[in-house]
Formats: sequence, structure tokens, C-alpha cells
Amino acid sequence: MSDIAATVASAAPEAADDDGIVKKKKVGVFFWIFAGWVALVVLASILAPLLGLQDPNNANFDAINQGPTTAHLLGTDDLGRDILSRVIYGARVSLIVGFGAMTIGMIFGGTLGMVAAYRRGAVDSFVSAVSYVMLAFPALVAVIAIVAFWGHDIWKITIIVGIASIPLVYRVVRAATLSYATREFVTAAKSQGATDIRILTRELLPNVLPAIISFFLIGVASVIILEGALAFLGLSVQPPTASWGNMISESRTYLSQNPWLALFPSLAMFLFLIALNLIGDSLRQVLDVQDSKL
Amino acid sequence: MAKFLFKRALALIAILFVVSIGTFFLIHLLPGDPTVTILGPNDTAHNKAVLLQQLGLNKPIWQQYWIWLGNVLTGNLGQSFITHATVTSTLAHAVPIDIELVIISQVLALGIAIPLAIASARRPNGLLDRVSTTSSFAMLALPPFIIIVFLVLIFSIHFHVFPGPGSYVPFTQNPWSNLHTMILPAIVLAVGSIVIYFRLLRGDLISTLQEEYITMARSKGLSDRYIMWRHALRPSSLSLLAAAGLNIGGLIAGAFVVEYLLAIPGLGYALVNSIQQVDYLTVQGITLFVAVVVVVLNFIIDFLFTILDPRIARE
Amino acid sequence: MSGELVVDEGFPTEEETQGLLLKVTDLKTSFATPRGRVRAVDGVSLELGRGETLGIVGESGSGKTVLSRSIMGLLPRRTTTQSGSIVFDGTEIVGAEDKTLRTLWGAKIAMVFQDPMTSLNPVVRIERQITESLRLHTSMDKAEAKATAISLLGQVGIPSPTERVRNYPHQLSGGMRQRVTIAIALACSPRLLLADEPTTGLDVTVQAQILDLLSSLQQERHMAVILVTHDLGVVATRTDKIAVMYAGRIVETTTTRRLFADMAMPYTKALLNSTPRISDPSHTRLTAIDGRPPDLINPPPGCAFAPRCESATDQCRTEAPPLRPAPSDPTHLFACWNPLPGGTAGRVTTLEESP
Ligand SMILES: Nc1ncnc2c1ncn2[C@@H]1O[C@H](COP(=O)(O)OP(=O)(O)OP(=O)(O)O)[C@@H](O)[C@H]1O
Ligand SMILES: [Mg+2]
Repeated sequence: MSDIAATVASAAPEAADDDGIVKKKKVGVFFWIFAGWVALVVLASILAPLLGLQDPNNANFDAINQGPTTAHLLGTDDLGRDILSRVIYGARVSLIVGFGAMTIGMIFGGTLGMVAAYRRGAVDSFVSAVSYVMLAFPALVAVIAIVAFWGHDIWKITIIVGIASIPLVYRVVRAATLSYATREFVTAAKSQGATDIRILTRELLPNVLPAIISFFLIGVASVIILEGALAFLGLSVQPPTASWGNMISESRTYLSQNPWLALFPSLAMFLFLIALNLIGDSLRQVLDVQDSKL
Repeated sequence: MAKFLFKRALALIAILFVVSIGTFFLIHLLPGDPTVTILGPNDTAHNKAVLLQQLGLNKPIWQQYWIWLGNVLTGNLGQSFITHATVTSTLAHAVPIDIELVIISQVLALGIAIPLAIASARRPNGLLDRVSTTSSFAMLALPPFIIIVFLVLIFSIHFHVFPGPGSYVPFTQNPWSNLHTMILPAIVLAVGSIVIYFRLLRGDLISTLQEEYITMARSKGLSDRYIMWRHALRPSSLSLLAAAGLNIGGLIAGAFVVEYLLAIPGLGYALVNSIQQVDYLTVQGITLFVAVVVVVLNFIIDFLFTILDPRIARE
Repeated sequence: MSGELVVDEGFPTEEETQGLLLKVTDLKTSFATPRGRVRAVDGVSLELGRGETLGIVGESGSGKTVLSRSIMGLLPRRTTTQSGSIVFDGTEIVGAEDKTLRTLWGAKIAMVFQDPMTSLNPVVRIERQITESLRLHTSMDKAEAKATAISLLGQVGIPSPTERVRNYPHQLSGGMRQRVTIAIALACSPRLLLADEPTTGLDVTVQAQILDLLSSLQQERHMAVILVTHDLGVVATRTDKIAVMYAGRIVETTTTRRLFADMAMPYTKALLNSTPRISDPSHTRLTAIDGRPPDLINPPPGCAFAPRCESATDQCRTEAPPLRPAPSDPTHLFACWNPLPGGTAGRVTTLEESP
């Protein structure tokens, strides 16, 4: 039995799906589990003060470096602070930086990308050229340098990372829009006298939205990783404010005595990142199927 | 082909020019006063003015840029106000370490990702494919710092297989110990690369295997293995190559977390150090260097594209 | 559905060839799809002698490509279900392992694909694309294979073959590329050549050149050819016999001469009338026959062509006509309750008024 035979195209390539297996791509159980996890993290971090948690910055020298106990479900750190509460409050930093920065990127890069793909011409050429040059620039280095010299409170980090993401967001959104901008429904809308704004928001946006959301989520994941890296360099929010990155970074000192310290924030971050990626990817796959039906 | 490369080379120079402006102004527009850094906050205004004059910092900024660019083109990136080392010598010390790291990690990554992608693409949705696709998701969600923390915990603290942070040994001093210390960081960097390479190549292989010319190759009686390596791999490796270029460019300085955490004195380490010491010139030099490497790498990749896919150089 | 086989005697055969090369019996090929099972080939039987030429004609979607790929055993396995039998030169193809098929592919059966733009590997030089099967199936060394490749390119009419052999496909025009695919197919002198619409992507003058080239090469090599097309004009002068396909079945088959002299099926006639005009863009989907092709997942009861047929009766709509011999000529088989009255055949070159 040939392996390639299983993959090779059939007489009608358009009729065969890419695996040679006939099943509709649908979001699976994991999608819902992880979507639930994201919702849980978001809700918990917003409602943190209402959850009856211990003060995340409250030191307690009678209970330092403990593993999980009934009093501290996830244990305590080197100052006896409750890890559960710090993980939940720490999520706020990741969420604000991740979603905030990508929102900034989307507002500017996304709008530019859609307009450029729709209008084409000089605007498109110019913005695209600029984006190419900006992408050649080592954004990561620039981000660290600017964060270090300009100051690293959470809002500045969000703004800097957001701005740095604009050229990439621009390119992705432009590419996604381009494939729709020349379709009949756009030309039809134009010939019926629809305004550009109306076409962009009513005709194009709904079509590119799944692709954009998918990229947005994966982008949020990358930004969260970047925030963590900054924390390791001491360039994220300053202690004692909890962030996942800070917590993992601080855990290194006590790694041999208390590995729990590293485990829980890492786990929280890992699961959150996997969830974002998985949801983003599922959206894209489901989208692809609809795309090929057109 | 020659014309294509010539055009690319022109674009390369234009981009490098813009990048040099970007680097220069990025550093100069940032807050911070080099006279304060050098003389301390309490020196007299006169001394500061003298120093500014010495450093050429009192000239109009465009003039400063041209002087700086002229120096850069002659290989003079300046001398750190802080450590008094020339930026060029800092680069000369750090870059070989990054080259070593990149080589080891990329050999690891490609050596794992390519065979895995091929095996997965042969039977999409088969057991191997599902296992590797799922694990690639997990690996995607593992930032380098988490991997380091746990690798150190397991391999250095518990099993003492690899030395922990801060035990870097230069290659010239003891190649064997040097390799030993480089394995851990190389693994960490490889993990991120494997995910990218595996996913791209698998996807591209699966769509290449749908192509009519693969059916045609089968109709000649060629073996699956031959078809995979000779007919499918090459047209499928374009995105892999592009990604490898970007990725390697990113690793040159992007390895900073790994280098900083394991105290390996590569570029990323030097970068973080000079940022923390507010050493503008060194930051500027490293940024420029990395930008140039990224741009040149992309140029090389464009060139490799024309070899991999002869259609590209056609227009 | 036809249980009977197409009878062989009476077809003109070349004097030096005897015996059957290919015998297809009640072949059914279907695909699993999200909407259900597509019966792309539904009970086809045919026979082909050595050196003979068979034309397979049918409108778009009638199953010609699936049939020819079934004969080669070249369909994706996961979604394909097959039954019936295909015996090629003593080897059963249905259910055969790839290992067995690979000894036939390229060496004894070869295929010229529909679209020369997509069937050549864009990143492999012409030379390798020809020599790889030579190296595989013959004992030639590299230099001999290269020399053979150059001479093959010469035989298919490519000027300065010594230089061309170093080219990549994109450096050749469409017609040249199709010549290259023919050279590839002929490399190991196969017994059977399957040409699946070998000229649809090309412009009309080139089409004629390629088809003439195929005929002359066939004659030199005593090779059997199955020429697949949706254009009756193409097969009229270049085939010994013709099988007309509709909805995955053969609905009429006889010698080429007789078919054009006395076609029985209204569908065949409609097909003839819809022969693409010179001015049509190439590979226009044939919509010239009124109505839509039948749904292959839930085929209508009765004759599949009935909903589109002018002479359809209630019997046609409820009862499927079997493929049976014409009273006047037992080698002329057709599946129709209301065949056209004898002698109404159109001539190949003139286009009659639409039905
Ligand atoms: N792999 C497949 N999976 C599902 N359906 C298929 C597959 N291959 C072919 N089909 C269907 O089988 C039917 C016959 O297709 P086929 O390609 O054989 O037609 P054709 O006669 O060659 O048409 P054309 O003249 O357009 O080439 C079509 O309805 C097609 O959609
Ligand atoms: Mg076809």
C-alpha cells in the first residue's frame, strides 16, 4: 500500500480534501476546553478582587517556600506570598500587554492593511515599502532598547510592543484582504454606489475577520512570551507586582528548594499560550473549508 | 538571473541605508544624556560642553549621522563610553559564540524537523502525524525561558548532566567543555525552530503531493521515496527556507534570553548588558550589526530561492 | 448496466497484432466525499487489442479521467472504492499493490496528462524528467539515458533538443511542454498510452499537430492508445473505435466509422453538435448540451440522460436502458430505449443545428 497514493491528488483536485480523508473540519472538544480555559483566566483576573484571594503582595514569613497546602492551594513563595493569588493577579499583566499591544497593532496595522489592499495604487505601494523596511529592522532589539531607556511600566510596554507589531499586522491583514478585495461582491457593491467605508466595514471586514481573529490570538501569544522575556531581563513590571514572567524569573533563585515556584506560573502561561494557538489554528482551519466552498 | 540579483542588490543597499538611519536616530531620540553617564550628574556645565564637543555631539544631528555613517563604513563603530572597549571588538568577541549556537541549534532543528515533516506528510492524519502535530502545538507554547528553567532544574540541578548557568568555557580554551556548555542553550533554541520548520514543511509537502506532477511522477513507476526527495521536497522547501532565514536572523540577537540566563557571552548577552549600563554606542553598534545580518541573510535567501525554483528569476 | 462484454470481432485490427492487451470488466470506481459516494465510473466494460486506438468521449464530468486513471491504478486509495476487473497484459490492476503497478507504470502503460502546465515538475530539468524513467526501467547508464532523451525530444518535434534538454519546463511554450510529456510517456516504449485530453490546454493549430504526432508515433511503435476527449471531432479521424461515456457509464460504443455513419444515442448526437468551435476558449466546460449533468451521488432512476433528452419517454424516466447490440450490427452497442432512426449521423466537419 503506497503512502503517497494516499496523499496524491485525485482526478478532480478541487473535490479532494487535502488529507485525502473525507471529513468536515470542525472545531473539536479541545477547542472548547481551551476556549473555556481562556475565558476562565480572563474572568478570574478581572474579578480577582472579588474572589476572596489573599493579598498577592502580602508577605508571611511564617510560611515561606511551601508546596501546595490547604491554606495555600498552590503553595507560597520565598516571602510567604500566596502563589495562587499571584498567578491570578499576574495574569492581568500578560493579558493587558498581550491583548493591549495586539489591539494597538490591529487598530493601526489592520486598518492600514485593509485600506491598502482595497485601494491599491500609490497608497498601497508606499505603505508596503515602508512595512518592508520596518520588518528588516530588528524589532526585538529595538523593543528592548526602547523599553529599557524609556521606562517599563505596563502601559509603556504595551504601547511599544503594539507599535512594533504594526508592520507585521499590516502585512498579514493586507494579504488576507487582498484575496477578497477583487471578488465580485465587492465590485457589485461598488457599482451600486456603496461608499468605501461601507464596503470596508460591511463587505470586507466580515470576510477577513476570522483570519484576523486567528492571527490576533496567535499574536497575543507571542506578545505574552515577549513580556515574559522582558521580565527575565528585569524590564517588565517592577516587583513586587506579580506577573507570570516575573514569577518564573524569581523562581530561579529557589529552584532546587522549591520547584513549585517555577511550576505553577509556567503551567498557567503554557496552558494559556497553547489555548491561544489552538483556538487561532482551529479558526483558520474552519475558515479554510468555507473558503474553498466559494 | 544576473539582472534579478542586481535588482535585489540595489534594494539591499537601499534597505541598509534606511536601516542605518533608523538605528542612528532610534538611539539619539531616546531620553538619556551621555554626559551624565560619563561625568556623573554633578559635573559643571562647562565640562559637559567640552565633552560634547569632544564627542562631536554638539554638531547638527544630520552632520553627526554622516560622520557616524562614514566611520561605520570604514569599520569604526566607536568606542564605548562605559567600558572603553571598541564596539568592533565587543562584536568580534560575541559573534563567533552566536555563530556556534546558531549552527548547533539549526543542525539539530533541521535534522529533526525535515525527516519528521516528511514522515508526517506521507500519511497525513496518521498516528505519527497526529503525535508530531500535537507536540508541535505544545512546543509552540513553551517560551525559551520556561524551557531553560526546567532543563536546568532537571539536567543541572537533579542529574548534573549539563553544567548550570554561568559555566561558559570559551571554545579556544577547551573545545570539549565548550560544546558541553553549548548543548543546553542550543536545545532551547532548537525547540522553537523545530516547531516552525516542521509545521511549514509538513503543510507545504502535503499540498505539493496534491500536484499533478507528483501523479505524473508516480505514473512513471518511480518509488515513493524517490518522489518525496527528488520531486516533492524541493518545491516544498521555499517557505522553510524563508522561515529559516528570518529565524536565524532573529536568533542572532533573539537568543538574548537564553544567553542572559545561562551567562553565555554572545551578542544577546552583550546587548542586554549594554542596555542595562546605558551604553548607547554599543547598543547602536549591535542593533546595526543585527539589522545588517538580517538584511544580508534575506538577500542570500532570495538568491537560494532562484536556485531552488528556477521560475523565480524569470521576470 | 452492462454485464455483457463488448465483442471484439469485427473491429479492424492491425494485421501484426493479435490478442487482447486490455480487458476491463464491469469496472466501478467511486469516491467517498462529505456529501456521499460519488459513482464516477459505474459498470464499464471494454476491450482493447494490441496497437489499437480507442477514443473515449463524453461531456465534462462523465468520468473519462477517472476511468483512465482507474485503468492505470493511479487513483488516491483512501477515498477510492473499486470493483470489477482490469486485466492489462495478463496482470490484474484492480486491487494490485503499488509494487506490482510500479513495474507497469512508465514501462508498459504510460499516461499523457491533460494539462502540460501542471504535469511537469517546475523545478526539475527536462532531462531528468525523461531520464529518470529510463534509468529506472532500462539498464541504460547516465550518458545513454541522456542521449536517448535527446533523441526522444527530436522525435516529438522539439527543435535543438540538445539545448532544450537542459531547460526547465517554464522555459518552454505550452505546445512544447505537451511534446515533452509525450516524450516522457514514450521513453520506455509502453504497450499502452493513455492520453487524457492531451490537447485541451493548447490552441487549435497546436492541437492538431500534437494529435498527428501521437498518431504517427503510435504507428511506428505499434502501441495501443486510449484517447480521451470531450471533442468528437478529435477522435473522428484518429481512432479505430469509440466509447461514449455519460454519467460514469459507456452508453454507446462501436467502430469509429459506424458511429459517425449511424449513431444511435441522442446524447452522442448532442455531443457531436456541441463540438467546441475554434473560437471557443480552450477547455471551456461543456455546457453546450442543455441541462445539467446528473448528480453522481443520487443518480436519477431510469436513463441518466432522460431529463435532458428530447426523445425521452416515461419508460426512459423509470427504467434504465441496458447496453445492448444494435439489431443491424452486433458490434454496435448502445443503451437507449428510443435510438435515433438509422442514417441520421452527422458528418464530422459540419455542425448541425442544435437539437
Ligand atoms: N477524487 C475524487 N473525489 C470525489 N469525486 C471525484 C474525484 N475524482 C473525480 N470525481 C468526480 O467524478 C466525476 C467524474 O470526473 P472526471 O474527472 O472523470 O470527469 P471527466 O469526464 O474527466 O471530465 P473533464 O472533461 O472535465 O475532464 C466528477 O463528477 C468528479 O467530480
Ligand atoms: Mg478529465
